[in-house]
Amino acid sequence: MNASPSPALHWNRALTPLPAWELALVVALLAVFAINSALSPYFLNVETLSDATFQFAEKGIIALPLALLIVSGEIDISVAGIIALASVAMGLAAQAGCATPIILGAGLLTGAVAGALNGFLVTMCGVSSIVATIGTMSLFRGGAYAILGDRAIKHYPESFAFFGQGYVVGLISCELLVFIAMALICALVLHFTIIGRRIYAIGANPVTARFSGIHTGAHRFALFVAVGMASAVAAILLTSRLGSTRPSIAQGWELEIVSMVILGGVAVDGGRGSIAGVVLAVLLMGFLTVGFGLLNIPGIVMSIFVGLLLIAVVAVPRLLSVLRSRL
Amino acid sequence: MKRYSLHSPPRETGLALLTAAMLAGMILAYPHMASLRTLTALLDDTAILILLACGQMTVLLTRGVDLSVAANVALTGMVLALINHHWPERGVLPVLLAAPVLGALLGAINGVLVWRLRVPPIVATLGTLAIYRGLVFVLSEGAWINSNQMSADFLDLPRASWLGFTVLSWLALGGATCMGLWLHYSERGRNIRAAGDNPDAALYAGIDVGRSQFHAFVVSGALAGLCGYLWVARFGVAYTDVAQGFELQVIAACVIGGVSINGGVGTVAGALLGCLFLGVLNNALPLLGLSPFWQMAVSGLALTIAVVFNARAQSSGKRSFIQSPARGSAQ
Repeated sequence: MNASPSPALHWNRALTPLPAWELALVVALLAVFAINSALSPYFLNVETLSDATFQFAEKGIIALPLALLIVSGEIDISVAGIIALASVAMGLAAQAGCATPIILGAGLLTGAVAGALNGFLVTMCGVSSIVATIGTMSLFRGGAYAILGDRAIKHYPESFAFFGQGYVVGLISCELLVFIAMALICALVLHFTIIGRRIYAIGANPVTARFSGIHTGAHRFALFVAVGMASAVAAILLTSRLGSTRPSIAQGWELEIVSMVILGGVAVDGGRGSIAGVVLAVLLMGFLTVGFGLLNIPGIVMSIFVGLLLIAVVAVPRLLSVLRSRL
Repeated sequence: MKRYSLHSPPRETGLALLTAAMLAGMILAYPHMASLRTLTALLDDTAILILLACGQMTVLLTRGVDLSVAANVALTGMVLALINHHWPERGVLPVLLAAPVLGALLGAINGVLVWRLRVPPIVATLGTLAIYRGLVFVLSEGAWINSNQMSADFLDLPRASWLGFTVLSWLALGGATCMGLWLHYSERGRNIRAAGDNPDAALYAGIDVGRSQFHAFVVSGALAGLCGYLWVARFGVAYTDVAQGFELQVIAACVIGGVSINGGVGTVAGALLGCLFLGVLNNALPLLGLSPFWQMAVSGLALTIAVVFNARAQSSGKRSFIQSPARGSAQ
């Protein structure tokens, strides 16, 4: 995320993923599948697999647009805070007796406004995105706590349950469908449109991009709003799945979601990354969680592996290139 | 990038005045607060934050960020609590020595990742955050170590009083003073600031930038290790979620105190004031009749406002016409 290339701080180059990063992820994913099915005879069956999608769909829905934002050289740590705030907004709407469409609207609007605040701070006030979103993260989650305190909202209309619990066709859940749609949209935008080209350009070198006539500020602002709205979509699905809102909802998700994006081969400094990589990373983390569940290992222990994986993703290519240069 | 002009007072003065005004307002509204005890209690409450902020500031000076400090606190605290639980007869001295050493080791892991493997600090410490936090659970098997499982001298040391202040407060004041002197007067301290201010210039001046970052992470880790003991002893309990999310409050204190996330800018005095500001704020909320649930929102608001002012202060007068305003960033 540093504008000027500096010989002393070459994180950018160190982050170049392996030549076929996506291939490595595919291999890892297949390995996880193989281990999981060896662990349990019930793993490789459509119903288990369909259930497993609930492990990653909500986080993946945020990770995808967040990948676009990170490619553009910014980051958003406040996503889980936005989930909490959007969920509270929907809860209040439900409490007031609103119909389901209005509840959804309240959530999406909250997400858009929260994302716009992040975008405003970063593009117009000149605050670096990591600091700005650390601030708004406590602001959003704090807002959820301030409104709800230790209460929970549980009274949602029956039709609201569909989004997090319902199935569209057969065993394709609504959550999975939204995730697939999000993946297609993000892949289309990043890889096949001029906007995607510009996002890469902004992440690779914002000054050059600005000189080339790209409205860097407008693009980044729009991406912050998109991430905010994606967080609201995840909030809808999660709230609907749990059937309740608490201020501690999705606590700590931001680190997991950022990990997914980085694991997907997106450079934290911006300028590089692909949606295929992110989708694979989301699937990998999701099915890893399922595997740990089969082994009855608590989530906190799994976080050790996620941490190791996160560091290895960046460190191993670097280590290999050092070894290669010594040969 | 920084450099206070000769005509405008340093931002520390502004923050000091604001903190003092808040404190004065609190005391005026609630005269019974105006006792030395309130003030020493305030320092006692913020002591751990102050020590951690000194370490975090050192890392921020090198253009890094240490997200793993709170996990380091939890892991070191748990290890020390377990040591004390199993060998209470060894007393508190070995624990006091082991705390910074263990913390420094954990910090050195971050440092090696950043220095040798060129992992961006945010990724490296995000990873070690998860690993350290997970290790606390593995070590303790998810159990709590309560105060009745720790020895009395282990628990009492931070609370012992000396010349009106607790040992905890003295450690914070002493630690902050040492860090200030070290950063300002020692060669290594100066290198750290230079490495973050302008890595290219530092490189040409013969400073090993990566090595300076390594030093910063080790110092941050050592202070976090010390805080691990202090936290566990002060609150009398060690468990997996100790200091959960505290790293963000530490970064918030630094940023409010005028430490730049872009490196090279920041003083111990500023970080100290940032901590006291948050401390006074948190103490003022209950007096205003706000429930503790408001605390997070208010400190988040304070942080957001502070970063906007910081960005203004640091970019005024030197923004070129082409550079989009928001390009300063974490790394």
